[in-house]
Formats: sequence, C-alpha cells, structure tokens
Amino acid sequence: MCTVCGCGPGEIRIEGHAHEHEHEHVGPDGTVTRHTHHHHGHSHDHEIQPSRLIRVEQDILAKNDRFAAVNRQLFAASNTLTLNLMSSPGSGKTSLLVRTLTDLRETRPMAVIEGDQQTSFDAERIRATGVPALQVNTGKGCHLDAQMVTQALGVQPAPRDGVLFIENVGNLVCPAGFDLGESKRVVVISVTEGEDKPLKYPDMFATADLMIVNKIDLLPHLSFDLPRLIEGARQVKPGLEVIELSSTTGAGLDRWYDWLSAHQQHLSSPE
Amino acid sequence: MHEMSLCQGILDIIEERAAADRFSRVTKVRLSIGALSHVDPQAITFGFDVVTRDTVADGAVLEIDQPPGQAFCMACSSTVTIPARGQPCPTCGSHQLMVVGGDELRVDELEVS
Repeated sequence: MCTVCGCGPGEIRIEGHAHEHEHEHVGPDGTVTRHTHHHHGHSHDHEIQPSRLIRVEQDILAKNDRFAAVNRQLFAASNTLTLNLMSSPGSGKTSLLVRTLTDLRETRPMAVIEGDQQTSFDAERIRATGVPALQVNTGKGCHLDAQMVTQALGVQPAPRDGVLFIENVGNLVCPAGFDLGESKRVVVISVTEGEDKPLKYPDMFATADLMIVNKIDLLPHLSFDLPRLIEGARQVKPGLEVIELSSTTGAGLDRWYDWLSAHQQHLSSPE
Repeated sequence: MHEMSLCQGILDIIEERAAADRFSRVTKVRLSIGALSHVDPQAITFGFDVVTRDTVADGAVLEIDQPPGQAFCMACSSTVTIPARGQPCPTCGSHQLMVVGGDELRVDELEVS
C-alpha cells in the first residue's frame, strides 16, 4: 500500500478489472514522489486453488451470548435481580429510575448502568439520589451489548442481594436483539407516544417480560387509546404483564415496587 | 443500525474459522436470517461489504436464506406460517402464538480457497 495516499487494498475496485496508474505526491518538504500502482482483482499468487465448502452453523450472536452467560453467572453469584430497561428516547426511563431509587434506597442495595451514545448526564442524575451509577457511552453504537455490561461490572460490581437497573440506549429497535444476561426485560412506553408502537416495533415487545406505561397523569389531556396499546402489545407477546404508572404523581408505583419485590424473592427461592 | 455490529460478529466467526481451517480467502458466505429475526437483510448486505473490506472475506458474495416465520398456535394446536410478529394465526385468527422458527441468525457455510 502506498503510505502517502493509502492507495492499494481497500480502494474501490471493479471485479476482474485490472489496471495500472501512475501518480505523484508532493511531501511537506517539497519532495516529489512518483510511483506506479498496479491493481489487480486477485492476489499475485497465480496458482489455482480449489475452493471448498466449510459448514459453520454458528449463531451470529454467539459472541454476545457468551458474554451474556458470564453476566448471568455473576448476577446469580451475587443474587442480583437485573433489569434491562428499554424504550424510545423520552419515555421517562431516567425519571422513573430516579423516583424508584429515591423511594426504595433504604430497602435494598441498588445500582445502575446507564447506556447513552454520549454524555454522562443520566448517570449524574442517578448519582444525585445517592445510588451508584456507571455511565457507558456507546459512541456511535445504538445499543448496549453484553460485553459492555461485563466491562461495566468490572468497575461497578452488581449489588449483592439487590437490584441492578441497566438503562439501555433510548431506541426501540436495536437493543431488542441483544441479551445482556439480565433477569427480566422491561419495556417502558409513555402515553405521549403512539399506541400502535407495539405493532410497529414488534421485536422489542416480543422479547419483553413487562411493559410499563408511563406518564398516565397526562391521559386526560391526550387522545391516547390505552386499551389499544395493551391489545397490540399482547398480540405481539401473549400474556405480557402491564403496569400503568406516573413517576410524577406516584400513581401505580406501588404495583411496580411489588413487582420488583416479587421477582427479587423469586430469585432467592425459585420454584 | 445494529446490523453493523452483527456484521462484525459474522466477520469474527469467519476469522476464527480462517485460523482453524487454514484458508486465506472467502469467496462466498451463506447466512440464514429468519423472517422473524430482528434483522434487515439489506442492511446486513450493506454492512458486510463495509466491515469485510481488507479482510479475508473482502469481495465475498453474500447469500442470504430467509426461512419463513413459524409459530405454534395454541388455539388451533398447529404449527403455522406467519409473515411477521404480531400477525394472527392464518387458520383461526388467534394471537396466542408462540414463535418456533424463522427467528434464526446464523452463518451456515463458507466457500473458501
């Protein structure tokens, strides 16, 4: 590869079309380098190699799933209920967490892993409640994967006999396919969104164990069709549990806290 | 665009195989992407070309098999084909369906030299 222009492998190439070209570069000190590139659609080893078939039969998510299995073992060892919270941006996940942590912090150990593309705003909001939080920035990534969670657990271990909340990147599509090793998957949707979202984004709802409908205090001001939302969600995931609440007024929070306690108890004494 | 990280996963599998089975060039990659998986085959095709550039799979042809969605209908006790999640049983109209196939995401076969 030409180290000046990067010309060589990786250039746009047209298959079967070999060509040569000559060009020159002027370096920062004024020296002129002139050279010829010889491009070729295949390697210079002209021996004909017989092609062969290799059966692979391997799951594309196998690597993610291996890390998810590691996380699951860590959660089991510390008896931690781990929830993967997923939603569109703006459903009120962080506000719900802040309210939950504030209300329950005296009752059990808790911690949060926050996933966002950039900034640590959310982790700072969580830490203001006195509960430990670790921000994972995914950069250009649109979801958390299991390896990111494994790395986060190296910095902030799962709270023993407590609850770990993993707030995924706000995105109703991409996080659906990635197992993080969580105990339960919780999808949060607010009544300011469309009630047809479960049918428009079925993968997310199909993998959820609980749907939280947030901001129900705003229902009187909206034409949101709550029964239709729940019907759509249960078309995608028969029997899906639903909790309606408002983290602003506190309505419905007792059901959410009961759900948490029940699943924590279930971890300690599974049937 | 989570397909990009899935393409990276495909490449990881290919490179592991290249080391184990000692090949230096992949000419064809066959995948199964089920109709009920959370993946858009077109986005995979795009991402695959990007992540395999300058690798052992550079220029490899991607063949994608798309098995149909299969679900067990609890209302009529039979296995039926559904086009997407959230769609009713084509026989009885029930939504009491359990997905039993067509959600795979798999590298099936490599043609190598």
